[in-house]
Amino acid sequence: MSWLDRLRGQPSPRETAKQRLQVILVHDRSDLSPGLLEVIKDEIIAVLSRHVPIIAEEVRVTVTQDARECRLVADIPLGNRHGRS
Amino acid sequence: MGAQVITVTSGKGGVGKTTVTANVGMALAMAGKKVVCIDADIGLRNLDVVLGLENRIVYDIVHVVEGRCRTRQALIRDKRVPDLYLMPAAQSRDKSAVKPEDMVRICEELRPEFDYILIDSAAGIEEGFRTALAPADLILLVTNPEVAAVRDADRVVGLVEAMGKPTPKLIVNRLKPDMVRRGDMLDTSDVLEILAIELLGVIPEDEQVIVATNRGTPVVLEERSPAGQAFRAIARRLMGETVPLFLSEDGQGVLGWLRRLVRSGGGR
Repeated sequence: MSWLDRLRGQPSPRETAKQRLQVILVHDRSDLSPGLLEVIKDEIIAVLSRHVPIIAEEVRVTVTQDARECRLVADIPLGNRHGRS
Repeated sequence: MGAQVITVTSGKGGVGKTTVTANVGMALAMAGKKVVCIDADIGLRNLDVVLGLENRIVYDIVHVVEGRCRTRQALIRDKRVPDLYLMPAAQSRDKSAVKPEDMVRICEELRPEFDYILIDSAAGIEEGFRTALAPADLILLVTNPEVAAVRDADRVVGLVEAMGKPTPKLIVNRLKPDMVRRGDMLDTSDVLEILAIELLGVIPEDEQVIVATNRGTPVVLEERSPAGQAFRAIARRLMGETVPLFLSEDGQGVLGWLRRLVRSGGGR
């Protein structure tokens, strides 16, 4: 990595490799593609919307991992009855 | 009781499985252990060449499986160390010639006579992989510090666990400390954090390995080679000794010591 890249604040090839691996392995390990996560998200929104008001555009569905354990995490902000959503 | 069966595997090919098997096997034999190395890469045998024993092959593992010779007859004794033997793979057959139960049976037969049985697995995760893993008490997973090799290694960890085998121990091969220092290569700590398995050893990139392979004299026989030292350290860890890991970013020897001295002086 050249000093010029470093000066520009570019991530090093080492950091880039690590970040790419982390993303690749989340999908490899869970067998969940980014596309499938979108589908799951849309279905969660559809189901929950029937019961509670939610802020659909802020829903996040991600896979996190701790050591070798993967976890599907859905972050669903609730809208309030009077105002938003 | 008897021998411990250690299978050396990887996900991606070309990361150094055969080199690791040959050198760790020889290092264990140099330490006075009775060792047999089995080449399970049927159809693409290489362990004989890395060990420099290719001219002495009469029978191979497929002959044993098919009952055309006794197990003992397929063992070639390495004359450079007291107790190192090779069971070569067949070159003209394919992976289906040896089944997992065959490998288990051969190992059971050899166990009482040896301290260690090392199996050099085929690359990939198909039939040959399961055959090489079937008798394993311990699995060594070899990877290089690069994206494709680590990704494939992760797949192997998952498969091994699904087979109900013990979690593999990691060997990071061909690390270039200079590149790590410049931020151009994944470090051992990065690979460990990602794979989350136990580290058994780190082998630095060393041109001597190529020279040694050309000659058919494993690099572990070279007293001064950094890779050779790393292989001897791995062998000692397998024998239960506590040996500091080769994690130094400065390399070993006088130059590395000088670098560390300069850096620690400059830091204060």
